[in-house]
Amino acid sequence: MHAESVVRQPLVTGGKTVHDITNDICGRVEEKPAKSWMLAMALSLSLLAIGGYYVYRLLWHGIGEWGLNKTVGWAWDITNFVWWVGIGHAGTLISAILLLFRQRWRMAINRAAEAMTIFAVICAAMFPILHMGRPWLGAYWALPLPNTFGSLWVNFNSPLLWDVFAISTYFSVSLVFWYIGLIPDFASIRDRATTTVRKAVYGALSFGWDGASKTWSRYETVALVLAGLATPLVLSVHTIVSFDFATSVIPGWHTTIFPPYFVAGAIFSGFAMVLTLLLVTRKVYKLEDYITVQHIELMNIVIIVTGSIVGVAYITEFFIASYSGVEAEQYAFINRAFGPYWWAYASMMTCNVISPQLFWFKSIRTNIASTFVISIIVNIGMWFERFVIIVTSLHRDYIPSSWAMFYPKAADIGVYLFSFGFFFTAFFLFAKFFPVINMAEVKSIVKATSEKTDK
Amino acid sequence: MKNNKKQYWKGLEELTKNPEFEKYADKEFAEYLPINDESEGEGTNRRDFLKMMGFGIAAASLAACEAPVRKAIPYLNKPVDVDPGVPNYYASTYLNGSDFCSIVVKTREGRPIKIEGNKLSSLSGGGTSAQVQASVLSLYDKERLEDPVLDGKATTWDALDKAVISKLGSLSGKIALVSNSIYSPSTAAALDALKAKYSNIEEIAYDQVSFSGMLNANEKAFGKRAIPSYDFSKAKTIVSFDADFLGEWLNSPLFNKQFAKTRKLGPNKKEMSRLYSFESNLSLTGSNSDYRSAIKASQQGAYIANLYNDLAKKAGAPTVSAGKVGDSANLTKAANDLWKSKGQSLVVSGSNDESVQGLVNAINNLLGNYGSTLDLNAANNTRKGDDSKMVNFVKDLNAGNVSGVIFFNCNPVYDHALGKSIADGLKKAKFSVSTSSRKDETASLVNAIAPDNHFLESWNDAEPTEGKFTLTQPTISNLFNTRQAQQSFLAWSGDQTSYFDFIKENWKNTNFTNQTKETNFDKFWDQCLHDGAFEVASSAEAIEVGEIAVDYKARAAGSGIELVFYKNNSVGDGSQANNPWLQEMPDPITKAVWDNYLTISRKMAADLGLTPGDMTTKLVKLTANGQSITIPALIQPGQAQGTVGLALGYGRSNGGKVANGVGQNAYPMISYKNGFQEMAVTSGVTVELTDETYRVAQTQTHETYMDRSNVVQEATLSEYKKDASAGRAFPMISTYHGKEKPGNVSLWEGHKYPNHHWGMIVDMNSCTGCGACTVSCQAENNVPVVGKAEVLNRREMTWLRIDRYYSHTEEADELSGLDKLKKMEVPADNPEVTFQPMMCQQCNNAPCETVCPVAATNHSTEGINQMAYNRCIGTRYCANNCPYKVRRFNWFKYHDNRQFPENTSMNNDLGKMVLNPDVTVRARGVMEKCSFCVQRVQYGKLEAKKEGRRPVDGEITSACASACPSEALVFGDMKDPNSRISKMLRLEDGENGLEVKEERAYNMLEEINVKPNVWYLTKIRNKEESNA
Repeated sequence: MHAESVVRQPLVTGGKTVHDITNDICGRVEEKPAKSWMLAMALSLSLLAIGGYYVYRLLWHGIGEWGLNKTVGWAWDITNFVWWVGIGHAGTLISAILLLFRQRWRMAINRAAEAMTIFAVICAAMFPILHMGRPWLGAYWALPLPNTFGSLWVNFNSPLLWDVFAISTYFSVSLVFWYIGLIPDFASIRDRATTTVRKAVYGALSFGWDGASKTWSRYETVALVLAGLATPLVLSVHTIVSFDFATSVIPGWHTTIFPPYFVAGAIFSGFAMVLTLLLVTRKVYKLEDYITVQHIELMNIVIIVTGSIVGVAYITEFFIASYSGVEAEQYAFINRAFGPYWWAYASMMTCNVISPQLFWFKSIRTNIASTFVISIIVNIGMWFERFVIIVTSLHRDYIPSSWAMFYPKAADIGVYLFSFGFFFTAFFLFAKFFPVINMAEVKSIVKATSEKTDK
Repeated sequence: MKNNKKQYWKGLEELTKNPEFEKYADKEFAEYLPINDESEGEGTNRRDFLKMMGFGIAAASLAACEAPVRKAIPYLNKPVDVDPGVPNYYASTYLNGSDFCSIVVKTREGRPIKIEGNKLSSLSGGGTSAQVQASVLSLYDKERLEDPVLDGKATTWDALDKAVISKLGSLSGKIALVSNSIYSPSTAAALDALKAKYSNIEEIAYDQVSFSGMLNANEKAFGKRAIPSYDFSKAKTIVSFDADFLGEWLNSPLFNKQFAKTRKLGPNKKEMSRLYSFESNLSLTGSNSDYRSAIKASQQGAYIANLYNDLAKKAGAPTVSAGKVGDSANLTKAANDLWKSKGQSLVVSGSNDESVQGLVNAINNLLGNYGSTLDLNAANNTRKGDDSKMVNFVKDLNAGNVSGVIFFNCNPVYDHALGKSIADGLKKAKFSVSTSSRKDETASLVNAIAPDNHFLESWNDAEPTEGKFTLTQPTISNLFNTRQAQQSFLAWSGDQTSYFDFIKENWKNTNFTNQTKETNFDKFWDQCLHDGAFEVASSAEAIEVGEIAVDYKARAAGSGIELVFYKNNSVGDGSQANNPWLQEMPDPITKAVWDNYLTISRKMAADLGLTPGDMTTKLVKLTANGQSITIPALIQPGQAQGTVGLALGYGRSNGGKVANGVGQNAYPMISYKNGFQEMAVTSGVTVELTDETYRVAQTQTHETYMDRSNVVQEATLSEYKKDASAGRAFPMISTYHGKEKPGNVSLWEGHKYPNHHWGMIVDMNSCTGCGACTVSCQAENNVPVVGKAEVLNRREMTWLRIDRYYSHTEEADELSGLDKLKKMEVPADNPEVTFQPMMCQQCNNAPCETVCPVAATNHSTEGINQMAYNRCIGTRYCANNCPYKVRRFNWFKYHDNRQFPENTSMNNDLGKMVLNPDVTVRARGVMEKCSFCVQRVQYGKLEAKKEGRRPVDGEITSACASACPSEALVFGDMKDPNSRISKMLRLEDGENGLEVKEERAYNMLEEINVKPNVWYLTKIRNKEESNA
């Protein structure tokens, strides 16, 4: 029998030529900032300023500016930390794992996803530092630095220390990976530059890229090596973050399901955030031909899968709690769902488990507007997931006399806004001054898949 | 060269002597400069401006970087007894109003920093109370008067004495000397001297909570107007009618000790006392009772009469006509138990009704308790106030019949029900003087204030119980220009001797001659001063108790809501209301701080339509005795239906910055009936709900222990007798080779303790929840006060807390799952109460230690989980991972911070003198917690080492254990087989190190195997029915 493979859908639509790509992407960097960009930037900067005020208050007066108390020692701070780290998962997943799996559709989105990863990890890293009582010391005492304090050394038993290593490794690998990918594109901008400043800046940024075959060969080798390095990190980072909770004795935290459940959740929220940002970028920069509905659909499928994993994990937790026969554990879960924070739990279930199921309908998962809405809902849900894990477990643990409620204060919200301010400021700066799509890679698929060249 | 006249010239102009040049030759700049013009004129010129700016910048920058001047002045001539770093201890006596306690004062470098109980004195049993513990901070109260005051202005003592003497001498009418009960023999002698000079002085004593009714009843029955001394330790059955003897009734440190003695259980003692209580508010006594009936205040008489009748029937004595009572089951039971333990029982009542107290006397007499649990021959002198005298005084004052008033260390304008008319009447007196140490509500109305010393600056003596004396000695010289009140009295009577000599002389003539042991007075005096106590057999004729005639008149029943006043264990009568340690000490029952409130039953809340939220309630308008206040309402389980409770001691207006405006003053609501103070208003009380929301700060909001047997383990006495491990829960861990004890399943290898292994026992059976330990801990460990707003944020800093749980026997019902859990959260209307002191459990497998990223909290070789504050970076992971939630975080900088004015021990120079120099004041952003008083452990070890020996058990103890009046906390070395803790736990060497053989001992949350070094002993209730 004769079987013929189906003709693949082109990954880049609109009959783009190689030159079109260069024009489309570099043009955004070269042209004057659009009004919409200025507006967005102004909004981000004002968020940053408002948040900055609360960061100042926090650093000047102390952690008491937040609503934490003797019973609930972490709330928004670590919720935000885990949430941002989770968001920071998608970039590397898309670039590294999908690269290894030779999923070429990733090429149009990996640059922005990686940038988002970098910024999200920076936002995440803010919180462990800001949440310290004495960040001016903690910021370096938490590192295993040789010192003159005597025999002082970090405690390698502590999951917080593992976090330090996990996050810093992940951040540095992601940064290098992202930057190396940028080099050929910087070189393109440099080569097209009409002003000396631009030439000098992008010249410096492109590290003297010469476009020789040997350079390209090395570039690809490095990318592959880094992808290999980054792949385990995608799984390890959130696994280690989950150890903060899993290795503790607190009912609701002390559970072995956390590592896979956290990783699935991270990919889930990361993809949702990538979608949110890309849908905006795509629209504003008119990149519909590069980021196609197919991309969106594929990402939505990842969201259904990871969302369902997370949903199963939620239910498994309940089963294990009841099966364990541990009174405190059982109470922790009943309290989660029906206690004073039932609304947080209900929000989490609705946003994370129910809403992504809508993507089973093709019409919904290929619809830009519904994807946008659900991507935001998923991120709200994932924030609540961390809030539920952290606050509802702590607020009623073993000793009923210490049970207490947590009420956020202005600074809780303010510092969260600060991280948003930073994230969007950084992302908009990236979108304006860096090529948002990996031109070099996209050009490699344009020939095979673009309609124009087929004709 | 001499003749060589060379001329040097600067320019041609000089050479030619140009007149234009000559004109400006002496000027710096030859040409015209505009600056010179301005200098001629008025105002600031450029140079001045520059100078001023330079100075301004320099001054501003100097001021900005001003280094605090800290002077450390070494001793040029070292005082003999003062060694830097070595504490001195002095026996003394706490005297405040009518309250006293025999104490030992710890001083460091000449300043008193801590108060301990005096174990050599039998007067207060070696224990203390929270107020005694806190009184050391009152010494360093910046708001005490710094000088004597005459007509509102500071003056000198000479001027004051002159004025007072001339005024007192010129008064022809009556001079009233108003005070609380005076039971200091030397003070009485000094007053006699004053009275000898001014014969028109009349002494009037009152107590905030009056015992007049009992005094009168006793006078009638025994011919002696005195309160007997009580011995609860001999009682097998105790019945209390609203007499909170474990809280604020008479001598609570001693009563706690006596009562606890009857509650101790062990392999060789399987019997304990049974306590019945009948009361309206849930008091400490009620919460420690085995059977408690919540009754209306107006019903107390009827209950006592019924009890009397029950016993009289058994004894064949005449009965009285008593009304019906609601809870007769408990009463009959009590009567039976009392009868069974005749001669070893005790019935007490807090009533101020003469006829009711007469009945109580008759009951105790029927039971043969006089001579065993009650002793009239060693009368209790601490309450002598006479209501009728006081009421008459107020009448006379307002009628203008009192020409002069001396207020001796009392504040009746605030703490007497007739305070307002005293304030009004004072205007009619020609002259008034107060010895108050602060410008309080009364002192601010008088002509002259002769501020008294704090008791820690004073010499004094006291005879709280007949024949039992105790001395007060100063532990610091006067902080301010104050003078002891007795010294003032002597001065005004024209006697120039110092009060110290006066006391000595007095003792030489009295106590010294009444004893035979010592022949040299100086030796006798030194010994008494060293011990702080002296006891002599009473020389008075012994009182024989015969038949007591009963004269009981049933009172009219109350109508409507009844308002019942009480003193709580923290602020008490309000005299120490300016002490932030007491204000922030949680009320032992409600766990509320910085407020008083109306305690109401759940049913009344429902009737009012009040549904309180998380520490959020509404204000109610309370009207009683013609007074109205708006006050927050708090639902209190155990509150008798139809009654409301209100604490005295709050609502100060001139108490000081800490005290003022905290709560509402309840004293004016107290009424008088037939000249007797009534601690309850039984008619005409209305409570109306307002719309105003109010937040009451509580340190504990969840009231039940949710039936968690890993937290509270309890049983009844009969179960305990059958099986010493009754009530214990034994969790097991399933492993692949079957079920194992949690201790046998561990990731950790455990620590080796080569030398000491410190541990603690908390006996939940003898802990009465009084809270002395919590304030002791605060004083010892420099624990900051955070204020009401921060407690509302759930951020109190106490290292030691007493968890108070309500529980009740659940009737079998069909509820399960969620509904059951929800129901468990709601305490019963008349619940059982458990007190559980919680401090760091010093886990051997400490979950906090493993999670700290910088190893700031780690394990010592002696089993103590220690905090290196300097290393802490404040991630709070340890606090989250602490299953006992005993870690406290410094959310803000609590010292030297104007944001926390309530924290007087760290935010003003004088207050800081109370800080323990052995304990670091923690910085912002670090975690802190109970250290097992590691500084005391270290000191004890070093002392022993200096003497080349091992520390002896008992010489090292934690601040909480040493303060505990009931010895519920036992601290010691578990490696020492002869230590009390080893013996109580019956430690034996086993496979896994030391094994605890005491059946009652358990570790909280045993199943998570954190292996605490704190052991709890099960709570045993002396009840008949099981309560599992």
